[in-house]
Amino acid sequence: MRRALLYLGVTAGALVMLFPFAWTLITSITPGAGLGTPDLVPDDPGLDAYRTLLDAMPFWRILANSLWIAVASTLLQLVTSAMAAYAFARLNFPGRNALFLVYLATLMVPMQVLVVPLFIEMRELNLVDTYAALLAPSIASAFGVFLLRQAVAQVPIELDEAATIDGAGHLRIFVSVVWPLIRPALATFAVLAFMSSWNSFLWPLVVIRSPELMTLPLGLSTLHGQFTTEWDVVMAGSVISIVPIAVLYLAAQKYVIQGVARSGLK
Amino acid sequence: MNRGTPSRRRNRNTLRYGGNRLRYAGIVALFLAPSLVPLTLFTLVPMVSSLWVALHDWNLITPMEFVGLDNFRDLLTDGGTWAAFGHTLGYIAGYLPLVYLLGLAAALALNTALKGRNVFRAAYFLPVVTSWVVVALLWRWLLSPANGLVNHLLGLVGIDGPGWWTDPTWAMPSVILASAWKDLGFVMIILLAGLQAIPGELYDAARVDGTSAWQRFRYVTLPLLSPSTFFVVVISLINGFQVFDQVYVMTGGGPAGSTEVVVQQIYDLTFRYGRAGDASALSWLLFVVVLIVTIVQVRGQRRWVTYA
Repeated sequence: MRRALLYLGVTAGALVMLFPFAWTLITSITPGAGLGTPDLVPDDPGLDAYRTLLDAMPFWRILANSLWIAVASTLLQLVTSAMAAYAFARLNFPGRNALFLVYLATLMVPMQVLVVPLFIEMRELNLVDTYAALLAPSIASAFGVFLLRQAVAQVPIELDEAATIDGAGHLRIFVSVVWPLIRPALATFAVLAFMSSWNSFLWPLVVIRSPELMTLPLGLSTLHGQFTTEWDVVMAGSVISIVPIAVLYLAAQKYVIQGVARSGLK
Repeated sequence: MNRGTPSRRRNRNTLRYGGNRLRYAGIVALFLAPSLVPLTLFTLVPMVSSLWVALHDWNLITPMEFVGLDNFRDLLTDGGTWAAFGHTLGYIAGYLPLVYLLGLAAALALNTALKGRNVFRAAYFLPVVTSWVVVALLWRWLLSPANGLVNHLLGLVGIDGPGWWTDPTWAMPSVILASAWKDLGFVMIILLAGLQAIPGELYDAARVDGTSAWQRFRYVTLPLLSPSTFFVVVISLINGFQVFDQVYVMTGGGPAGSTEVVVQQIYDLTFRYGRAGDASALSWLLFVVVLIVTIVQVRGQRRWVTYA
């Protein structure tokens, strides 16, 4: 009896969590949705909304932007953070701890504080409304350095020493000894970096104007500005935005959930 | 954390490279520059210049005018600032208990020997990986007063649904509802990890002592879960103070300014009213508030967080 209630509860919960996604899809294939509440099974389903969407906005381009920006910023952050992590864990230089504190300090400043001066800086550099501006704040990640430094520190130093005896320098040790051994931490960080780039909204909103340079969250929000009541069009855009990240999430579920559980970041 | 830095290792490194300092400095630079240069340019410089901008009146176009701390003084005497902090606190007051209780319920349910619990876990977590804009648009549609699904369903059982985000009374609850729906999977994952770390023997021992299920929950689960709870509360408060995406998309701060939260105000001040100085000052004010709140919690955790 109690088990039955438990199942009923979690199933009802799952319905509440998942049905809105189904509703997005249903709305997107119901022409004229928004004029009334769509039916659960549309009478006359159609892809008109997707056509309208693609006429109104270069949506495939926007999708591609989101993808390549997320991939590029993830790769950049992996490399730059892992290298700094190696420096902080393995190299000995004056001011190391002070510099690490500076890295940590940048972690505490939210994007909201940076957004105004960063926008002005981009304007001075003539980079407003460019890919470079979109990517700039996510080349390096202090959080990544912090996370990966722990991982590097846990690699047994004896392995470094063995490699040194074999004549390897630091770059070689980093590439062939440390990097492969911190792969689980790299995977965790990659997932978090990808998600944060994919979902990032405030910075693109501030720095991007042209539809061809927009990322999905920004494209969707301007789409909503254009089609305030044509919910089928807006939901068609949502469907296109959800599918890639949902597929990726289901494929890498273990890493995503571990990553979030470990770091507590979204 | 400290495994990489015992002095034994430091000595070996110094010995190894002591003879060739320049070369060693080059190696350090090689490893640090890829992160240090962008962090300096795109985080440290903006951080410092943001403080500088906060001391000026500036509309982003004409030259800056130095005003000292006037912006801060104006903000503190401006009703809009207090209203924005009030709305943000209102959001947190609704969001935090709701998301915690829902997340806890989900975690407790999934911490049992349930068939298909991984499927349920994946389902509850899906909104977490979805972008805020998608979620906000979806809920704006679900809560649409005229044709939204929620009011349609309420209508079926004879309830006349409210105007949700079009109604100043219901706009903030709408934002809270959408936020809790999106984040409860995150809370669930953190609490689930905490629950799984509680040793089973403790429950066995408590059972032997003849305790009720409620007593075991109250005196075993809750105290041992408190470090995870603490973590959730700290992170949710930080995120709560910085709430923006969902507000911008769902309500834009309206109707009648009823959801004008602090970050929305920073955005409006800069890009709608051309008051970059005030916006920078406000963003630092927000940062200081979040910092103080976080420090107070870390200090206060002794009172209620039990580390096993």
